[in-house]
Amino acid sequence: MNGGTAKPVTLGTKLIGFALIVAAIVLACSVPYMPNYYVRVLDSILIYILLGLGLNIVIGYAGLLDLGFVAFYAIGAYTYALLASPQMGIHLPFLVILPIACVLGVLAGILLGIPVLRLRGDYLAIVTLGFGEIIRVLINNADALTNGPKGIAAIHRIDIFGLTISTPKDVFWLLLVTCILVAIIVWRLQNSILGKAWMAIREDQDAAKGIGINTTNAKLAAFGISAMIGSIAGVIFSAFQRFVSPESFTFQESVLIVLIIVIGGIGNILGVIAGATMLILLPELLRDYAEFRMLLLGLLMAFLIIVRPHGLVPRSFTPDRLFAWMRFR
Amino acid sequence: MTGLILQQAVNALTIGAIYALIALGYTMVYGVLRLINFAHGEMFMLGAYAALVIVIFAFPSGAGLFGALIIFLAAFVAVGLVGVAIERAAYKPLRKTSRLSPMLSSLGISLAIQAAVQLVAGPQPIGFASLFPVKAIEIAGANITTVQIGIIICALLLMFALNRFVASTRLGINVRAVSENMRTAQLMGIDIDRAVSLIFFIGPGLGAVAGILYASYYGVMTPSMGVIVGLKAFTAAILGGIGSIPGAMIGGFILGILEVFGTAMLPILTDGYLGTEYRDIFAFAALILVLLFKPSGLLGERISEETMVYKRDF
Repeated sequence: MNGGTAKPVTLGTKLIGFALIVAAIVLACSVPYMPNYYVRVLDSILIYILLGLGLNIVIGYAGLLDLGFVAFYAIGAYTYALLASPQMGIHLPFLVILPIACVLGVLAGILLGIPVLRLRGDYLAIVTLGFGEIIRVLINNADALTNGPKGIAAIHRIDIFGLTISTPKDVFWLLLVTCILVAIIVWRLQNSILGKAWMAIREDQDAAKGIGINTTNAKLAAFGISAMIGSIAGVIFSAFQRFVSPESFTFQESVLIVLIIVIGGIGNILGVIAGATMLILLPELLRDYAEFRMLLLGLLMAFLIIVRPHGLVPRSFTPDRLFAWMRFR
Repeated sequence: MTGLILQQAVNALTIGAIYALIALGYTMVYGVLRLINFAHGEMFMLGAYAALVIVIFAFPSGAGLFGALIIFLAAFVAVGLVGVAIERAAYKPLRKTSRLSPMLSSLGISLAIQAAVQLVAGPQPIGFASLFPVKAIEIAGANITTVQIGIIICALLLMFALNRFVASTRLGINVRAVSENMRTAQLMGIDIDRAVSLIFFIGPGLGAVAGILYASYYGVMTPSMGVIVGLKAFTAAILGGIGSIPGAMIGGFILGILEVFGTAMLPILTDGYLGTEYRDIFAFAALILVLLFKPSGLLGERISEETMVYKRDF
């Protein structure tokens, strides 16, 4: 993706990029005319794209397998739920809570990051998994604060300067804007010095250290930024559902986000989008076969990993390529 | 007081024995393939359901001790074969790819098996009568049931058998050689595929027996019972040093002791503020601490880069 691996942009790539962008614009334009059910599915896809973009920084760029990402999602969701509901009697506006949730997310990310700096691969995966479970058990049992398994209800809607986000369609636009902003930031990060440091760590940590990369800081940055994005997704999720309970933050959820990245294409923003679309849309399409849904999904997962271990979207197909048709060269 | 401690000790040994049996499967697979087999928890669950099916069809009016033996054997073989089939279908094609791929494949398989069992048996908990005669014995003020004694003896016997098997039979030595260094073992003329298949037969088989013991102990089974127990057993495997067979056994018992005594002490230490509902945290907290301070576990060897087949994580 950086110089060496770049293939010349062919006419086919340009056409695919053009078609995808037109399709996305057509889809977005038709949202106001869609039934609410479809919009809800789209909302759900966008939330998972957001989560995938966050986790992709840790897994895809820095090469650190995090199986407890859902913890940050939960932190964001519960921050909003506690600060904007009758649960604690605090009613702060969305734009105040968002930065608080971001800070908490970053802190949690760094808190997890510091002890696991020395670990790699499977061990890291297991520690992060344990972290995610601990957060869930804490939320489940700290009844006084989180109302335990019963969850927090009657969470306020998002209100931005008098503009209330209430219907799934409003949420769609909010999520779309957030996703595009986050995607742009992530794409800029990927091509920055920090992004290159992450990828150097992913390819060979010792060599990265050898050429003078501060691997400690780079890893902590990866954990912090990814946790922040997860936390933002949690805030929006919480405001959209208006109800949070520990059930939404299980280990399976973490696995789903990892699978979105792996099935879509590791370390590729477009891969995350493709993966999220596929893994959320598929269960919806299989709704008629509801009882076979999980069975088929599990088998499909294993099958896709066997036939396409590097994901659906090739690494060379980057956002650059998506917009290649705009440049007449 | 002594009665209470003895009681808790027996409880700890019972649950520890079950963890140890499951941990063996994790550790053996990891030792050879460096794969965290997330589907192993499902083997534990399948064992319980296999026993249920056998009881319903073959022993509708109580199994007795001989019947119990048959049930254990049949479940061991059946689930062992499922394990071998899964390895062939889902892990073998991925042996040459990155380390992450088979792990994610195992997650998919785990989901699929849970869903399949849920389809057939339903999501609700199903009651299961203990395979052992239930009788309470009172020793020094502690109430110990024959079920607990049966579970501990059963697990110890199986562990002893496994130990003899890997220590002194030809096949067992092959397995150890493959887990020591796959490439060298291959050069020595050991059939790797057969050794791996054997591991994927024994591991799930032991897991299945653990599942039956667990269902006998608690009296219920659910399709999702393998998830948390599996994670804890994996913790036990890491505690003891992943890849090490005696380590997994010791790790299982240590985890059982930690969990039972920790949970019992928690309300006393925190003055009732933190109750027994925090039980599951012990396993994960222990896991994180061990991984941070002694990642090789109690009996594990430090895996050097040389002996490890170099593979990319992704």
